[in-house]
Amino acid sequence: MKVGNQPFGTAPNGTNGILPEKRSFQKSALGQLLFSLRRNRVGLFGTVIVFFVLFIAVFGPLVAPHDPLQHNLRGRFKSPGYTDAKGTFLLGTDQLGRDILSRVVAGTRISVVVGVLSVVIAGVTGVSYGLLSGFAGGVVDNLMMRIADAFLAIPFIVLVVAVSGVIGASLVTLIFILGLTSWVTYARVTRAEVLAVREMDYVMAARALGQSDIKIMFKHILPNVTGSIIVLATMMVATTMLAEAALSFLGLGVQPPTVTWGLMLSDGRQYIGSAWWMSTFPGIAITITVLGVVFVGDWLRDLLDPRLRGQ
Amino acid sequence: MQTFLISRLSQMALTIFIVSLIVFFLVRLKGDPVAVMAPPTFSESQVEALRKAWGFDKPLFEQYIVFLRKALTGDFGLSIQARIPAMELVLNRLFNTYLLAATSALVGLVIAIPLGVISALNRNSWLDIVTTTAATLGTAMPNFWLGLMLILIFSVNLRLLPAFGALEPAAIIMPALTLGTGIAARLSRLTRSAMLEVLGQDYVRTAHAKGLSNRIVIVRHALRNSLIPVVTALGLQLGWLLGGSVVVESVFAWPGVGRLMIESIGVRDITVVQAALFWFALSFIAINLLLDIVYTLIDPRIQLRGERS
Repeated sequence: MKVGNQPFGTAPNGTNGILPEKRSFQKSALGQLLFSLRRNRVGLFGTVIVFFVLFIAVFGPLVAPHDPLQHNLRGRFKSPGYTDAKGTFLLGTDQLGRDILSRVVAGTRISVVVGVLSVVIAGVTGVSYGLLSGFAGGVVDNLMMRIADAFLAIPFIVLVVAVSGVIGASLVTLIFILGLTSWVTYARVTRAEVLAVREMDYVMAARALGQSDIKIMFKHILPNVTGSIIVLATMMVATTMLAEAALSFLGLGVQPPTVTWGLMLSDGRQYIGSAWWMSTFPGIAITITVLGVVFVGDWLRDLLDPRLRGQ
Repeated sequence: MQTFLISRLSQMALTIFIVSLIVFFLVRLKGDPVAVMAPPTFSESQVEALRKAWGFDKPLFEQYIVFLRKALTGDFGLSIQARIPAMELVLNRLFNTYLLAATSALVGLVIAIPLGVISALNRNSWLDIVTTTAATLGTAMPNFWLGLMLILIFSVNLRLLPAFGALEPAAIIMPALTLGTGIAARLSRLTRSAMLEVLGQDYVRTAHAKGLSNRIVIVRHALRNSLIPVVTALGLQLGWLLGGSVVVESVFAWPGVGRLMIESIGVRDITVVQAALFWFALSFIAINLLLDIVYTLIDPRIQLRGERS
């Protein structure tokens, strides 16, 4: 850390300043990430949350103290900390006596799966669309971007509510609906980059060498957008998770008996006058998860794409 | 001004045309539109009669022309439940939605701008840290959950405010706070960074050097200029606001278009869903056009041209 104070040419350990182990450390992508995380406390905090959430999503059933679907009619509406012969219910129980903590744990998996998969779908769709549009240029490009703009003219949640309301949602359709309604931003970012890069000398050189458009797209243009897309995708995971919770809350998302945070909140609303814990804890789970993702997104943005700052 | 308006209006027309395609295909996503639109209680022959009556037996292109011609006059067909034009149902609820959206935007601005300014003026102070943290938390929190928590605190525990409906003026407080804090969370960060950028400009130093009071420099020179990106963002946030209203109106049983949409989905009254969807898009497009014009009022440097800069 004191390198900056040393006279030029000498390093703290008296060598010529080129520390082999440090160089190799900084070379690897993972090493760079870790190095930057050490200096970004918010990013580190976010990463810890995200890894914790992923751990719960994968190992949920092993961690949960109870079966999230197990009814217990004698233990209904018990407040947090309730204990009986079946054990302790740390966050209380719901209207059917099911353990809130175990249900929050079970809901993590749905939230993560929906968030990640729909972002993958949106990213692939949007990036391909943007590549095509930017490469086509002219009238086709103009038309394609107008179509994309029209999607932006309908607020995201409104569109998702309408589509899932009309065709009816299961887990799979929900993932596709969320993915296929949120691709426009990826398309715009990619297209802008294509337009900027397309006229660069090295692309012209590649073309002169006889490389095909497809090869130019993937080899020369895509790597330029990767940073922006990763940042965007991270932010969109947060947006999608919130959208999924809202849809489930409205009864338009994943249907019971699948456990989701949104459905739990929808139950909680019905009993808000008598069982505050039912509507409180699932919301805290969503907020913490989204917060973690947002922190990671902020950190990645500073790291990969400082141009996006302030948007 | 004229060329700007003409160009923007023609862009709008194109966007509306594509929105109409989205609304048109919405009921056809699953293949047979009648299966989607007919109430589940209808018998086979009633479904067939419906198919004829709504013209779903005609070629797709012809259907779309008919749909578009009617949609442009605001005719989306009859609501199956209420048996009055779907658009009429939407228009009846419109005032409530706009009232809530406007109040929320106002709440958002009233919270965000002072907080953003104070944050920027006291950079890295505890006040700044608290504000920025609260803003981040505000963006991460699902708005319907915030709504539930407000109900829990102010209706269930303190018994101060009505939990739902729109029967008394106080009923708007909680939905507007729910949506408004969401807006505030997004805008205060932006106000802060815009303000910081402006405070570093030469003309602010000049104004100080001229001996103007701190207050005049901040309000007249710094704040006014930092509002420009805030207005831009407000336009984008209105999309979030309209979307959020769908969910928040349902939490508070606020009788607006968003709640109408959810109710109509529940009873498969799809013409109403289409009308509402179309109206949401129209409002959003119109609001953004208005904001483009507002730019010129707060920033005379911006020349109205065909394209947004």
